[in-house]
Amino acid sequence: MSYHAGEYDVIVIGAGHAGSEAALAAARLGSKTLLLTINLDTIAFMPCNPSIGGPAKGIVVREIDALGGQMALTTDLTYIQMRLLNTGKGPAVQALRAQSDKALYGRVMKETIENQENLTLRQGMVERIVANGGKVAGVVTQTGAQYFAKAVVLTTGTYLRGRIIIGDVSYQSGPNGQLPSMRLTDSLIDLGFSLTRFKTGTPPRVNRNSICFDHLAAQPGDPEPRHFSFRDDVAPRDQMDCWLTYTTEDTHGIIGENLHRAPMFSGDIEGRGPRYCPSIEDKVVRFRDRPAHQVFLEPEGRNTAEWYVQGLSTSLPEDVQVQMLRTIPGLERVEMLRPGYAIEYDAMLPTQLWPTLETKMVSGLFTAGQINGTSGYEEAAGQGIMAGINAAMHALNREPVVLHRSDAYIGVMIDDLVTKGTSEPYRLLTSRAEYRLLLRNDNADERLMDIGHRIGLLPNERYDRFLAKREGVEAEKRRLRSVRVQPSQLEEVFSDRGIAMPSAAVTLEQLLKRPEIDYTLLNQMFPSGETVSDEVSQQVEIDTKYEGYVTRQTQEINKQKKLEELRLPADIEFSAIAGLSNESKEKLAQVKPMNVGQASRIEGVSPADISVLLIWLEARSRRRAANG
Amino acid sequence: MDSDTIAAIATAVGEASIAVIRVSGSCALGVVDRIFRGRVSLEQAPSHTVWHGWIVRLDSGQHIDEVLVTVMKAPRSYTTEDVVEIGCHGGTQAVQAILLELLRAGARLAEPGEFTKRAFLGGRVDLAQAEGVMELIGAQTVAGKDAALRQVEGSLTKLIKALRQNIVELMAHIEVTIDYPEHDVEEATSELIKDGVTRLSRELRDLIATAASGRVLKTGIRTVIVGRPNVGKSSLLNQLARAERAIVTDIPGTTRDIVEEGIQIAGVPLRVSDTAGIRETTDVVERLGVMRSRQAIKDADLLLIVIDASEALEEEDEELLALVSSLPAIVVLNKMDLPPRIGLEEISQHVALERIVQYSVFRPELLRDLEQAILRVVFGGELQPRDATFLANARHLSLLEQASVSLQQVLESLDMGVTLDVLAVDLRQAWVTLGEIIGETPREDLLDQIFSQFCLGK
Repeated sequence: MSYHAGEYDVIVIGAGHAGSEAALAAARLGSKTLLLTINLDTIAFMPCNPSIGGPAKGIVVREIDALGGQMALTTDLTYIQMRLLNTGKGPAVQALRAQSDKALYGRVMKETIENQENLTLRQGMVERIVANGGKVAGVVTQTGAQYFAKAVVLTTGTYLRGRIIIGDVSYQSGPNGQLPSMRLTDSLIDLGFSLTRFKTGTPPRVNRNSICFDHLAAQPGDPEPRHFSFRDDVAPRDQMDCWLTYTTEDTHGIIGENLHRAPMFSGDIEGRGPRYCPSIEDKVVRFRDRPAHQVFLEPEGRNTAEWYVQGLSTSLPEDVQVQMLRTIPGLERVEMLRPGYAIEYDAMLPTQLWPTLETKMVSGLFTAGQINGTSGYEEAAGQGIMAGINAAMHALNREPVVLHRSDAYIGVMIDDLVTKGTSEPYRLLTSRAEYRLLLRNDNADERLMDIGHRIGLLPNERYDRFLAKREGVEAEKRRLRSVRVQPSQLEEVFSDRGIAMPSAAVTLEQLLKRPEIDYTLLNQMFPSGETVSDEVSQQVEIDTKYEGYVTRQTQEINKQKKLEELRLPADIEFSAIAGLSNESKEKLAQVKPMNVGQASRIEGVSPADISVLLIWLEARSRRRAANG
Repeated sequence: MDSDTIAAIATAVGEASIAVIRVSGSCALGVVDRIFRGRVSLEQAPSHTVWHGWIVRLDSGQHIDEVLVTVMKAPRSYTTEDVVEIGCHGGTQAVQAILLELLRAGARLAEPGEFTKRAFLGGRVDLAQAEGVMELIGAQTVAGKDAALRQVEGSLTKLIKALRQNIVELMAHIEVTIDYPEHDVEEATSELIKDGVTRLSRELRDLIATAASGRVLKTGIRTVIVGRPNVGKSSLLNQLARAERAIVTDIPGTTRDIVEEGIQIAGVPLRVSDTAGIRETTDVVERLGVMRSRQAIKDADLLLIVIDASEALEEEDEELLALVSSLPAIVVLNKMDLPPRIGLEEISQHVALERIVQYSVFRPELLRDLEQAILRVVFGGELQPRDATFLANARHLSLLEQASVSLQQVLESLDMGVTLDVLAVDLRQAWVTLGEIIGETPREDLLDQIFSQFCLGK
């Protein structure tokens, strides 16, 4: 029997990393929001590695924070190790990476959700999406509860018809033994969506007390940990070490002997797995001549002996996994707590989405996270916050928010997904961004806080703090531009350090542009009268040193933005436009780009096709003017 | 809308006495100023004025050609942008050289129909014309794609692909160092990048040096028409040359007795010569022994063997057909308007069918078949050019030079101790620029390279 269970502005289905951000964003924007999850005990659960951040991903976490999201703060409150990566490789690619306390992370996120105004949390498995006349109306759960809403956000992770595979054993399951969602797929197919099947995997977990650390190398966190969130009020936490070991010839021998029992090779897995996250059996087969592969041992939390074995993702049979583990230095007598596994699940082809993450077929229905073909907590959360924002905007009749590729990694990711689709689980890499020098860890606030505050997601006090920082940066830049120094003032320090002398007076800004002079040195020689915070000086230094390249990329962006501003009408019939190639007609009709800029990024659409579109648009507006 | 500056040759490429190169865009005046030496700077010149002067090389200032330059300022021009038209001496060499300097000075080569496209977007030409342009662009896309596909086999393309592969391997190495900071792959250190880029930069400069002296820029592909007397060699040559002119100038050509003519087919320059004057003799060996024609055949990159289809195959014809095994050649079955005495089957015993073209001077539309056949041979990789840069044109050369500048920038940055994230920008730029020459810029290339080159994952 079904019953009327309530009416909402926004319903979010699934409380993983995408769902949590979506629900919090929607509620914070003032829409009455319901968050449904199969199990209240696994909110913001991390079924794979206990870590958040890293190159590109860490910058996404900063972007979520700048918009007014949650992942950064929750990580800062629960981490057990923090490192700034790529410190020697340039500020554009520096990124924070945290080891998380899994249980604590989930608990803090659950508390945040429970205490959020406008947000109702409830356990329930959704079996059906209800839509009328191409518009979403609500959802129905397994227990017959009917919820009605103006917008629905689907964040189903790997739960849709999930199937776990361990060697020759397989069973229907969500991640880590959770209940899978077996019926929702049918509802999506009924609504007309195309689905695909993806696969991902996780390594075994072991008991810390059975690890011998004597000959392993410790991987400590940074002595002075930085934080993801743009705040001053986050206290540093005690940190734990990770440890590094390697596979051996024996490990590879055992894998080789048991390949026939590996589902990846026996053909038992149909789903497409990610290239950047191969199983150990994959690595051993593809890179035969490597004598050893890295294995990181990582704690899953402060109050547990369960450790994660990074580098050993596998779907080999359980008995082989134990044998394999024990060939690794330090793990000779290890106790395996859980086996690694592969998991297959249903995902939607993301080209069925608008850049707002709303589905083209059902108005008011949004999707985010693994259902869109991505992989990773940060990718999920980044889409989650955008889907949550746009679902709320939809419910509240406000303008949607779309981030450009030049605004954020989140913009790069969503544009890639909805414009090009993906044939494997999608992971963000810094190389996917054409404006990498602009999308930095240090300037996520500068890039996004205006947007976060304008839509009402970023609270005033946090925005005010940012404005103060921005003013500090501008003031210091003004000083560097205005202060001129004579070569004689530089002689002592420069000759000590073997730095070439300028021939005439120079500004401090010009000095800072030189690779061998950093802000610290500059400020020692010519101190500012006022205290300049690290945050400000870092921004000033990077902006100054990068200026030439940034200007170049900004010019490219402005050119591209003109194309983004040329909207394509929703009812455009590409097949009727003479001059477009047949391939382009097909691709354009499939992707339905919102503007000429997006059209230009579709694979198979050439610059000549874009010229044709421009002429067509101009011709159309002239005809309208003539008829009007 | 499009603010970048474009340039193209507006008149026919060939032996015309003058040629016009058109430049349009917000920086058109500045671009031309960089290579124009006259009494004024064009930026200062009033609109709709003509100036005498010289076009010079951007780097050395060396004179290239004496020119008349017309300045038309926005919006009172065809495209409604600033437009400069350079009137120079005709002939491939001068025109190509000026175009190359324009590209070096900051213009890019215009796409087909781009001037009219701009005119339309600027509110200039009417709808009907715009639709014509859309169709032209569409048609060119198809043709261009085919050409790009064929070029994939070309020799220049092979060299560029090899260079790009080396660059992308280096890029993948940098990207892995950035995206997988804790992986035990060898880090892309400064020394490693320096070694790689220094080597690549040298290879690229060598390629540029050869390309700059490339025969094609001056002479084109040597194409020799052979055949018995009176099979229609001269009229074929005349038609090839005239068709070329008629396309653009609309001036009916006068039939001259041409011995050698420079023509272009789909942008490929050919130098076509006629071996007329060979005495009629039964002894074909003796005939080929005539010094001049033998030399011509020996030097040929491509042979066009003309056979009179209205007469039975003679011994000389068969001897010529035998040359096909040693040289790239196309057989032109001429005089198809007369009752044929030779069939395709007979010829196809000597030559593959796609190498045979049926032709008649009274059916000029058949010329297109011949041009297609020539392009197939040119792009099919069968020509064994004597230097690698067979097809290098001004556009190729300017892109090669731009790529070289990007690589130089990487090396300079390395010396200054600049970090990986910045080095990657210029290295990538070199890769993208080289890709433009062969029409390739897919992003996934890099990811594919990363995952095939390195063992990654958690």
